[in-house]
Amino acid sequence: MPADLPTPGDQTPVVEFKDVTISFDVKPVLENISFSVDHGQTLIILGPAGCGKSVLLKLANGLLKPDSGSIRIFGQEITTMPERDLYALRAHIGMVFQESALFDSIDVEDNVAYRLHEEHVPEAEAHQRVVEALKFVELEQAISKFPPELSGGMRRRVSIARAIISNPDLILYDSPTGGLDPITSTTIIELVMKQRDVSRSTSLLVTHRLQDAFALATHRYDADNGMVAIPKDGPDHGVDPGTKFLMLNDGGVVFHGGTEELVHSKDPWIVNYLS
Amino acid sequence: MPLQSPEVYIKRNIAAVQEYSILVGKAVANIFTPPHYWADVYTQMDSIGVGSMPIIVLTGFFTGCVLALQSATALTEFGAISMTGSLVSLSMVKELGPVLTGLMVSGRNAAGMASEIGSMKVTEQLDAMRALGTDPIRKLVTPRIMATVFMLFFLTIIADALGIAGGALMSVSLLGLNANTYLHDSYRGLVHGDIVQGLTKPLFSGFIISTVGCYFGMKTTGGTQGVGRATTQAVVVSSVAIIIVDLLVTRAMIGIFGS
Repeated sequence: MPADLPTPGDQTPVVEFKDVTISFDVKPVLENISFSVDHGQTLIILGPAGCGKSVLLKLANGLLKPDSGSIRIFGQEITTMPERDLYALRAHIGMVFQESALFDSIDVEDNVAYRLHEEHVPEAEAHQRVVEALKFVELEQAISKFPPELSGGMRRRVSIARAIISNPDLILYDSPTGGLDPITSTTIIELVMKQRDVSRSTSLLVTHRLQDAFALATHRYDADNGMVAIPKDGPDHGVDPGTKFLMLNDGGVVFHGGTEELVHSKDPWIVNYLS
Repeated sequence: MPLQSPEVYIKRNIAAVQEYSILVGKAVANIFTPPHYWADVYTQMDSIGVGSMPIIVLTGFFTGCVLALQSATALTEFGAISMTGSLVSLSMVKELGPVLTGLMVSGRNAAGMASEIGSMKVTEQLDAMRALGTDPIRKLVTPRIMATVFMLFFLTIIADALGIAGGALMSVSLLGLNANTYLHDSYRGLVHGDIVQGLTKPLFSGFIISTVGCYFGMKTTGGTQGVGRATTQAVVVSSVAIIIVDLLVTRAMIGIFGS
């Protein structure tokens, strides 16, 4: 059964977690997590290493099943969905993995066109869409290269191209700038911003780099100038209204709200984390 | 290696058998439902079947040679050296051909499958495959099972043929037997039941090699060390399983066809 796409004006949250708990050993990694993400919003997930951020993204994509709780994606309950329907749902979800997870025995074109080849899209059309996707991430010249020949940043950009080629309605980024130098990180964040502002897709972004999180919250993508700071004296007061934060610690949600609230929070742990 | 409590050990092994059965059930069910990845099946047939030809040819040939030489000593005592032909062909077709082919291919391909799929598992490529809408069992495991079972059948035939040829070469050149008589006896010594027995075993061996290799690959954890461990375990478990199943099939065949 194909998933129903969210229509404009639809009030159903794209991602909805209710009391989700999952544990791998004795101690739960995530305990009674609840939050929702509306259409067009970007949720930045922060927290110390090992607090379950990647697990949360895999739960959202149905790659892991929670021990208890409900997860609704596009209004559909995925915890009880059979595998076949989950695959149909994933046609509308793009995921960028922490280590890029490119298939290293096939070249960049076949990597980016992977989903299109699965859907038996004609070769000419697939090639055209691959070129467009690689143009978006500014890597057209790498089309015939193999992943081991690419640098870390280039691999990350190819995996973004692979995730966005089918114009997904929901994109999940798992530490897209992890392990990269500051210049390459800025390039990646600019791409995330471009995707957010140009295509208006909903996204969940996991990171532990505060500078990237705040850059995303206080800047906008402009076609001529790239990353542009949102004016402080304008209607949005310097922050993107659709970008929210979710902070996790010790298996629970510590904060869920907008940029202004986070920065002005009085919680000692949050103040310590942000400094 | 630390000692474990027997309870933990038994529970872990029963859980492993359960997971193995679930994987096999899904992989076999995939044969009967679309989509099918025929391109992957052909690629695997080439890599497993054609790729293993050199070692199968050498193994079969030299095993036949050794068999002829070794048995000559005992047979001469009974004045039965002329029976070398049927002894070599019976041994190769019923037992040595299937088992040695199975063990050679297990070492080569169960290890290859476990390491390839294991490396994909630890680098999150299997998760990426799922996220892109492809079922890894359907794309990776099912083609390997189909290819291995199909190709092992023919590899065993080749090993048998070369074994008989090797025995012939030794008998004619070193033992002084007549080539025509040797080959005639080889042919006459075999009955229908022997061929059926000898060609049923590769079907089981092929299934064991591919399912065990893929199982250990998909269960890999722990980075590069984990891949190494998975590869070793895949070869050990599939080799032992081939030998045990060989005994069971032999007994069953004797029950069906008589000894």
